[in-house]
Amino acid sequence: MIITQKKPIEEVMALVGDAKTVAIVGCNSCATACQTGGEAQIKELAAILEQAGKKVVATTIADYCCMNLGVKAKMKPINAANPDCVICMSCGDGVQCVAKNAPTIPVYPSNNTMYLGEAVKFGVWEESCRFCGDCVLGQTGAVCPITQCAKSLVNGPCGGQKNGKCEVNPENPCAWIKIYERLEATGQLDKLGARRKDKGYGDFAYPRTISLRGKK
Amino acid sequence: MSLLKDALEAGKFGITAEMAPPKGCDFTEQMEAAELLKGKVHGVNVTDMQSASLKATGLGLCIKLKQAGVEPILQMTGRDRNRMALMGDALSAAAFGIDTMLALTGDHPVVGDCRDSKPVYDLDSVGILQMLTDMENSGRDCGGNPLAGNTVDKETGEITDKSATPTFYKGASVTPVYEPLFLQINKLRQKVEAGAKYIQTQGIFDIETYKRFLDAVDKAGIKTHIMAGIIPLKAAGMAKYMNENVPGIDVPQHMIDRLAAAAAEGKEKGVKGLPAKLGIEMAAEMIAEIKAQGLGDGVHIMAIGAEKNVPIILEKAGLSI
Repeated sequence: MIITQKKPIEEVMALVGDAKTVAIVGCNSCATACQTGGEAQIKELAAILEQAGKKVVATTIADYCCMNLGVKAKMKPINAANPDCVICMSCGDGVQCVAKNAPTIPVYPSNNTMYLGEAVKFGVWEESCRFCGDCVLGQTGAVCPITQCAKSLVNGPCGGQKNGKCEVNPENPCAWIKIYERLEATGQLDKLGARRKDKGYGDFAYPRTISLRGKK
Repeated sequence: MSLLKDALEAGKFGITAEMAPPKGCDFTEQMEAAELLKGKVHGVNVTDMQSASLKATGLGLCIKLKQAGVEPILQMTGRDRNRMALMGDALSAAAFGIDTMLALTGDHPVVGDCRDSKPVYDLDSVGILQMLTDMENSGRDCGGNPLAGNTVDKETGEITDKSATPTFYKGASVTPVYEPLFLQINKLRQKVEAGAKYIQTQGIFDIETYKRFLDAVDKAGIKTHIMAGIIPLKAAGMAKYMNENVPGIDVPQHMIDRLAAAAAEGKEKGVKGLPAKLGIEMAAEMIAEIKAQGLGDGVHIMAIGAEKNVPIILEKAGLSI
């Protein structure tokens, strides 16, 4: 899921600025799980805004702020309320989708979008994928070197580990030692011998669009 | 052609020193040390913002060294430059007659002194070596375009004369104190396959560890020239600090004890610099032992700011080029 963190409230208030009326849009998926954009956080933000003398004229929660069709329907009452601004409590994708559906109203984010992560337990999310577009997990024992190695090294470790921990953050295990251990456990150490062909970055210029309908 | 290449390929014992550019634009100290190293080493390996600490670029000092008649070795890490920048620097280096290089992945910016710098890592050590090897083999740049001066057949697009392509004697590094060693050996193989002709190791402080490492390289069937990294210790505290903080460094306790004893002796007699003197002795002993036992193909001395001591160490070890 997309992991988000709340921005400092001062930053959100600065974005709201002189606006007198505000609407809030939450997100019922990732941001709800991250406790950054669910029902509870919408209420919490509304209370803060009211306390600051703002009028919260409408709130809504989309199933997925990143899905245009659902957002379109949810934004009808928001647009009708015509607030001075909208605060979107989702990931950056959701904020942009909400803004597209509020053409004349400023839309501000309340969150910072951090990474694609795994919920390892309640309230703990670990970064697990960096969307490199060329998945290597089949060669690396399902441990991602692009994400779990601080240098995204694809040909094996640097010399920088100390006691199995990464030089960049000693709380993190060296990704390549994890890869080694996993490949050893699954009898696939021979996979380490194969060099990965460098695909470069030429095909990964953003922003990209993937369409099942042929041309965009 | 590369002095280091000539030495190693002729089966001579290779000797290189290391030098860092200044954190500034006055190269006087480096050039003074270079004068002392002239004729004593097969190359002076210029670091590329070692420990991710900002310095003048290595290419600048390499050019200065070359102009002063000292053979430079250009270190290139993938930390700060993408493939275009690396290849551009390689071409500039070649224009100044710099033909020996060492490829490294590079320490991460967050462990350095400009931690907000964006890490690049477009290529790692293996990638840098492969890119240069591909350039040499094809006469083309990293985008597949012919290098200027090479002759291209207009009909087929083939390069019929690639003699304008620079070639480099390429090296890489390895960490012999590493668990699991399999991972270092495996990456070493990739570096050699990608074009590394010589390998310099992290600092060696225990001859038996070095022997075990060389055996592992042999067993893996990897053929290359290995140069033992030598770090002259300056004090017991330095050794302890490195043991705790520098990956791949393992100074044995008996060496630390000897340095501490030297410091105590100096204090008693009111003489300064005894531990550093002992460090020079120990480095010379290690080099002489490596040479006598025929372990590997040379030594790479990392004096960490005390380059002026390198000729003394070599003299004490009875080594010359």
